[in-house]
Amino acid sequence: MAVDADRIPRVAPAPAGLLEKVMSNRHFLGLLFMLPAAALLLLFLTYPLGLGVWLGFTDTRIGRDGVFIGLENFEYLLDDTVFWLSVFNTILYTVVASILKFGLGLWLALLLNQHMPCKAFFRAIVLLPWVVPTVLSAIAFWWIFDAQFSILSWALREMGLIDANINFLGDKWNARWSVIAANVWRGIPFVAISLLAGLQTIPQSLYEAATLDGTTPWQRFRYITLPLLTPIIAVVMTFSVLFTFTDFQLIYVLTRGGPINATHLMATLSFQRAIPGGFLGEGAAIATAMIPFLLSAILFSYFGLQRRRWQHGGQD
Amino acid sequence: MASVAIRDVRKAFGQVEIIHGVSIDIEDGEFVILVGPSGCGKSTLLRMIAGLESITGGEICIADRVVNQVPPKERDIAMVFQNYALYPHMTVGENMAFSMKLRKAPRADMEARVTRAAEILGLTPYLDRYPRQLSGGQRQRVAMGRAIVRDPQVFLFDEPLSNLDAKLRVQMRTEIKELHQRLKTTTIYVTHDQIEAMTMADKIVVMHDGIIEQMGAPLDLYDRPDNLFVAGFIGSPAMNFIKGRAAVNGHASVMSDTGIELPLGAVSGGLDGRPVVYGIRPENLTIAEGGLPAEVVVVEPTGSETQVFAKLAGQEVVAVLRERVNIGPGDIIPLKPDTSLVHLFDAGTGQRI
Repeated sequence: MAVDADRIPRVAPAPAGLLEKVMSNRHFLGLLFMLPAAALLLLFLTYPLGLGVWLGFTDTRIGRDGVFIGLENFEYLLDDTVFWLSVFNTILYTVVASILKFGLGLWLALLLNQHMPCKAFFRAIVLLPWVVPTVLSAIAFWWIFDAQFSILSWALREMGLIDANINFLGDKWNARWSVIAANVWRGIPFVAISLLAGLQTIPQSLYEAATLDGTTPWQRFRYITLPLLTPIIAVVMTFSVLFTFTDFQLIYVLTRGGPINATHLMATLSFQRAIPGGFLGEGAAIATAMIPFLLSAILFSYFGLQRRRWQHGGQD
Repeated sequence: MASVAIRDVRKAFGQVEIIHGVSIDIEDGEFVILVGPSGCGKSTLLRMIAGLESITGGEICIADRVVNQVPPKERDIAMVFQNYALYPHMTVGENMAFSMKLRKAPRADMEARVTRAAEILGLTPYLDRYPRQLSGGQRQRVAMGRAIVRDPQVFLFDEPLSNLDAKLRVQMRTEIKELHQRLKTTTIYVTHDQIEAMTMADKIVVMHDGIIEQMGAPLDLYDRPDNLFVAGFIGSPAMNFIKGRAAVNGHASVMSDTGIELPLGAVSGGLDGRPVVYGIRPENLTIAEGGLPAEVVVVEPTGSETQVFAKLAGQEVVAVLRERVNIGPGDIIPLKPDTSLVHLFDAGTGQRI
């Protein structure tokens, strides 16, 4: 061991070469080791984001370089009823789907947290909607919501509840609720499994202590489970809101934004205008307009929910 | 305050019975300690009294009422958990007041009780802190405060000191005992530490493998252990055991397996030739003329006393000497047992003779 220790040069020898000098500088080494990760981030995250925002300030079209036009795209969008409809749709879609995903996901997590036979099996099953590629499940829902061959319409008809098929994707509000239902189905596993993980961090002895303190099951949920789960709920719901707000695949497969733009979200409208429509600049402006919404969602969860005084130890 | 009666209580998880019929009578105001090695069923028994585990067989009565089917919240007991189980999102004050808040107790009454409990435990400056901001000993006190505020019929403690460091444990031991002397609430306390049991209990219940080995006042257990298990479990350092055969030729003695004659005091007859275990506590061995030759292995001075580990009759024994001695490893010393304090056990059954 003594030999090894001797080999490590604690102080660079006096006549060291430049390379050796630089290589033993901790700041330079730090920079060097950071480079690969930084390069990846810059190339695949920052550059596309920057390019997208930049495009929003130009009149670029497919096949034609644009020039900087300032806020002209955004001014145009302000008077665009379809854009405002998509904003409304996106908010409705995000709010309703997130609330449903939270409620059902928490309920499922509480159920899965109970002692029951084949626990691991059920937990695995619950993950399936999350594991299946979105496009695949969207196609399945497309079939379920089909105007003629819908299994839902068929079942309800057989039960004698309805006379004619439901026009799931052809009617404005039907289409909105249908895509929300599909999104909820897909999003529940993420919420449920994450909250289940959170539930399992709550020590059993707290529930026992609360039982001896005289709580009812509802009070245990209200006073123990919910407050202790809040930090996890904040993180999970932030992600859930972000995923929902930026959803694209499900809508694009099911309705392409129709009927009459009733299910167009900001993401699908942005794509619609930019690629099939050819107005890259305008599409980018719509996408850029999503950023303030997303940032405010993140800030709300970070400042409003995530930080709890009781989580901080040590100082007052 | 209330008496607790445990009558032939059994507990089985599936096919495996882990408590095989235990009966204990606990008087009003008594401090009873269940002690035993890990897995002996002591914690399970406590949790059955609390109502956190179902009772497979037998009866548990609190204040002369059978509570087998009574839900925990109606048993009027308070429990201090090993990991304290403080609600991390409530302040110390809220933790202590929680049970009263649930019962919708009047605010003034609630505050009065929390204040009193905080005063008793020296927690007044910490009422607005969260459990995270407290040291282990303070958390321990909060857990007790939560129990005191309840003013229950019975206190249950489940190894409350095992997460504390050695010094704090000694201090809290005294505090709990003082608390009991002050409140006089019936207390059932589980520990694996026989020192805690010896120092705090009115009555010790030694459990092993789901049965009671012996039950009684601490010093009775120490002076007259019923069997080898209790003899070895109670007392630190543990009692020395030497196997041999009783011999009553002229004067009573035990002939060890290695051929050393171990002296006995007065012994009833009918023992001759019986295989026995000769037990002598470390403090009942002294260095004296006419003692048995023993080879010193290790000497551990603690200041107030000296522990000498030595080989006697082929077996390692330990002697605790009050006086300081100048001996070292390899020395041969004469160890003399106090024959009036020798314990004899049947080698087969382990029962006291």
